Amino acid sequence: MVTTTAHTKERIFELLSTIVDPEIPVVTIAEMGMLRDVIVSYHACEVILTPTYTGCPAMGIIEEDILSVLKENGIENPSVKLVYSPAWTTDWMTDTTKEKLRKFGIAAPTHSYCSNWLKPTDVSVNCPRCNSNHTHIISQFGSTACKALYSCDDCKEPFDYFKCH
Amino acid sequence: MTNQEALYIYLLRLGDNALINGHRLAEWCSRGPFLEEDLAMTNIALDNIGRSQAFLKYAAAIDGKGKTEDDLAYKRGEREFYNHLITELPIGDFAYTVAKQLIMSCFDVLVFTDLSNSKDETIAGIAAKALKESRYHFVHARDWSYRLGKGTEESHRRYQNAIQDLWMYTGELFEMNEVENILLQEGISNNLQEVRSNWINLIMPILQDSSIRIPTVDYMQTGSCKGIHSEHLGHILSDMQYLQRAYPDAKW
Repeated sequence: MVTTTAHTKERIFELLSTIVDPEIPVVTIAEMGMLRDVIVSYHACEVILTPTYTGCPAMGIIEEDILSVLKENGIENPSVKLVYSPAWTTDWMTDTTKEKLRKFGIAAPTHSYCSNWLKPTDVSVNCPRCNSNHTHIISQFGSTACKALYSCDDCKEPFDYFKCH
Repeated sequence: MTNQEALYIYLLRLGDNALINGHRLAEWCSRGPFLEEDLAMTNIALDNIGRSQAFLKYAAAIDGKGKTEDDLAYKRGEREFYNHLITELPIGDFAYTVAKQLIMSCFDVLVFTDLSNSKDETIAGIAAKALKESRYHFVHARDWSYRLGKGTEESHRRYQNAIQDLWMYTGELFEMNEVENILLQEGISNNLQEVRSNWINLIMPILQDSSIRIPTVDYMQTGSCKGIHSEHLGHILSDMQYLQRAYPDAKW
């Protein structure tokens, strides 16, 4: 008989490590820094999640994915709690995650934090395809809340840039 | 008024501002002057609706009557909404929306900077997140302000008129009543009189650099802190709340 006590926090993290961001399916929610904590008690399990943006439409899908993975693995009474503090930041993405994004065609923020918010376009963004730094912004708001739209002046391809946040 | 009642009204105000502003911005969907701008307006709308969801969810928890954020958004009447009048005004032309966004994003950046240090941890958390988003909204409105103000004769005329028309709605952003005063004492809300001088310092140089004349108005609109609105809010609600009114508790 499987009981909740058989599932340690580490085991639950391991189960959740398979869940990907529905909008960027090459990275997991853990790699994105959204999966903050898991609180395991005798008859329940609460997953603490921090949304990337307050209006991120992927949150609903992510919550459903978490609940279904936990239920499939026999975990009783799983729940998801959204926590806004501390606020999610792109600083929580590791270099490995950023490299995965680049291979997927999304340039990741290279600087550590958004100090220069009055001039967010004053950053050097390398093209994820040809690595040229001759790029320019098309729009600060792109296909999803977290991305801006850029274009490469060398290979002429448009690409997404994950905004510093 | 108890501290809890004050907090409830205050959270409704934060939530309603974002909800109604977001709803108006969403009207640009498929009607932007070009595709990228269509995406920008709807992205900003999404950020607003997202934060509104967070604030109203917390308001429902403080109220403690088992309601959800959707109950608060879809089942309150016009007189129970506390959004600033400027947010409910129609979107007008593109210059009018940019002018609204400049006024509101300058305000939001300053308010959320303060609230991210609120003694209420939930408000501080949502504010810290909303601040990052509002900074992008501010830069977007500021850059369009320069372009429209210094663009063609036509764009300048439209933008100048929009700023002129909207100016009388800026006074109530800084009004403080019992709700704000109670929460200010508690270190939960901020001093809107201080925000006012910071707001002027933030917006004035942008308007000057956009070759826009600063309006002088003798009269400032007021009323939303008492739930008194323009005719426009009722029309928004009749559209936004239609489904829940016609089919109560319908779910996706």
